Amino acid sequence: MTAQALLQVLVSGLLMGLLYALIAAGLSLIFGLMDVVNFAHGEFLMLAMYATFGFVFATHLDPVIGIPLVAALLFIVGAFCYAAVVRYAMRAKANIGMVQIFSTFGLAIFLQGAAQYFLTPDYRSIQASWFGDKTLNLAGVFLPWPQILGGLVSVMAFGALYLLIARTDLGKALEATREDQGAVALVGIDKNRVFAIGWGLGAALVGLAGGVLAIFYYIHPQVGAAFGGIAYVTVALGGFGSVFGALVAGVIVGLVEAVTASILPPALKNIGIYALYLGVLFFRPSGLFGKL
Amino acid sequence: MTQETQIPAQDLPHDAALTHFAKSRRNQLIRAAVIFAGIALVPLAVRDTYLQNVMILTLLYAAVSQCWNILGGYCGQISLGHALYFGIGAYATSVLYVNYAVLPWFGMALGGVLSAAVALLVGKLTFRLKGHYFAIATIVIAEIGLLLVHNWDYVGGALGIQWPITGDSWATLQFARNKLPYFYFALVFLIVTWLITFKIEDSSWGYGWRAVKDNPEAAESLGIEVFRSKMAAAALSAFFTAVGGGFYAAFVAYIDPESVMSFRFSLLFALPAVLGGIGTLWGATLGAALLIPLTEITRSYLGGSGSGIDLIIYGGLIMLVSLMKPEGLLSLFQFRKGRPA
Repeated sequence: MTAQALLQVLVSGLLMGLLYALIAAGLSLIFGLMDVVNFAHGEFLMLAMYATFGFVFATHLDPVIGIPLVAALLFIVGAFCYAAVVRYAMRAKANIGMVQIFSTFGLAIFLQGAAQYFLTPDYRSIQASWFGDKTLNLAGVFLPWPQILGGLVSVMAFGALYLLIARTDLGKALEATREDQGAVALVGIDKNRVFAIGWGLGAALVGLAGGVLAIFYYIHPQVGAAFGGIAYVTVALGGFGSVFGALVAGVIVGLVEAVTASILPPALKNIGIYALYLGVLFFRPSGLFGKL
Repeated sequence: MTQETQIPAQDLPHDAALTHFAKSRRNQLIRAAVIFAGIALVPLAVRDTYLQNVMILTLLYAAVSQCWNILGGYCGQISLGHALYFGIGAYATSVLYVNYAVLPWFGMALGGVLSAAVALLVGKLTFRLKGHYFAIATIVIAEIGLLLVHNWDYVGGALGIQWPITGDSWATLQFARNKLPYFYFALVFLIVTWLITFKIEDSSWGYGWRAVKDNPEAAESLGIEVFRSKMAAAALSAFFTAVGGGFYAAFVAYIDPESVMSFRFSLLFALPAVLGGIGTLWGATLGAALLIPLTEITRSYLGGSGSGIDLIIYGGLIMLVSLMKPEGLLSLFQFRKGRPA
């Protein structure tokens, strides 16, 4: 492999990894906040991709313009799912861990079915856009523009998330609720509101990722499953609840996937990620940055 | 429990409790005999082949979910990767029969042993993980298994394995037209797994598992070897799950990676027990009796065109039951507990 080819693999892996990190960030944020794994996270991504497609279909504007709107829409979806489903799961009197797992699984299947029913199982794609199908030639290394956009959006989102958590009252409320759900009530923080906002934020983050992904990836009701799977591995790798662990883990996953894909046949491209996951599991059972 | 009957006479309340316990155990057995006998009579009334197929699948999933319940329900380790063990059973049985003419009866047993060995390996890696880490690890490990089988030509790769068409025979478990033998095989399988669970409820292993489930630290301090305890539950659960997989392969006579090892199945093995009542004697059977006919029939009549209505109902049902009856549907009935009072 020439140096240039290697560079090509590494940079593509890095860009895809940033996108994986963005997908995983919301999952990790929600887990850190309230110890719940959202098994419908991939379906949130699917909804975001359809929303982007719908935006382009309805307005004939470029999908990039729609991305902030899609993120805002997903914020509402996330907060609604908390209020309608997860809030009740947290109140379960028996088998609470189980109820959380299976109610979000039910939600995932329900959303897949709803997408199939209302939007048909057909594969869709956004035909022409500013970034779609265009590549940047950097001294012989070809970078697709949508992935560059994805990397930029991801870095900006993580930056904004950092500022939000570190510098704002909302961030402090999130942090405080995560520390002690009971005590925050004493200082006048409504736990339910914070959780709803947390779910909204988590879904908005995956909404950003879905908006970018819709530009260069096929959109169909099952699309969330594949990316969701990678997101769980990423979060487990980075350590549940560690949002910035997800950033590092996402990049690692992207790089490992790119390297595996350049060596092994395409059918085996996930084997590298899985092997890495098992290795980390063996040596660091709670992920690279997990506390537990 | 029997050796404890030698307690001194002045300890009468305890003795009375034991007698009561023995009586309630006996009543449970009688009730089970009545229920299973009732199920055995159903095919006499239902002649339709399609409905018989649905009933066979219901019994099979009830039995496999009963196996899942040993690890997930009694020992409290939520495995979402049991499709791996089901797949090992299905593949071992198919490869041995199709390539080496080994009868499926032996195939199922060998598949079970292999599956239990794999479960011990998986357990070694995953049993120190807690909560969500464990559940996700089991998903990923099952996915790795699926990926490997997909790319392994010796077991048919993505194409899978087709069983040869032969005459009806109990030896090879092949019945082309009359599906009743499968029905009774699946029923016996369910009864066996039920009896194992029944035995577990009043065995030192069973008490140990429930202690591990409720509070691993306390269990450890009481002298229960938590890790070994989990390993035993995993091996037992995986062995019988693989037997179920082997039977399934014989029943459908064609398997490919997706049709026995996809994540869908892992979920399908956990759900009956979860919805019916996790860690109970009848939860898996009750859950399967509701869930499997509903999903099979909605899929055949509503989901055929890929409309998605079947998934909406399936997902909606899972959400509703798990939110509204977190202790399982079995709690709707009085005869809920198989546990000593």
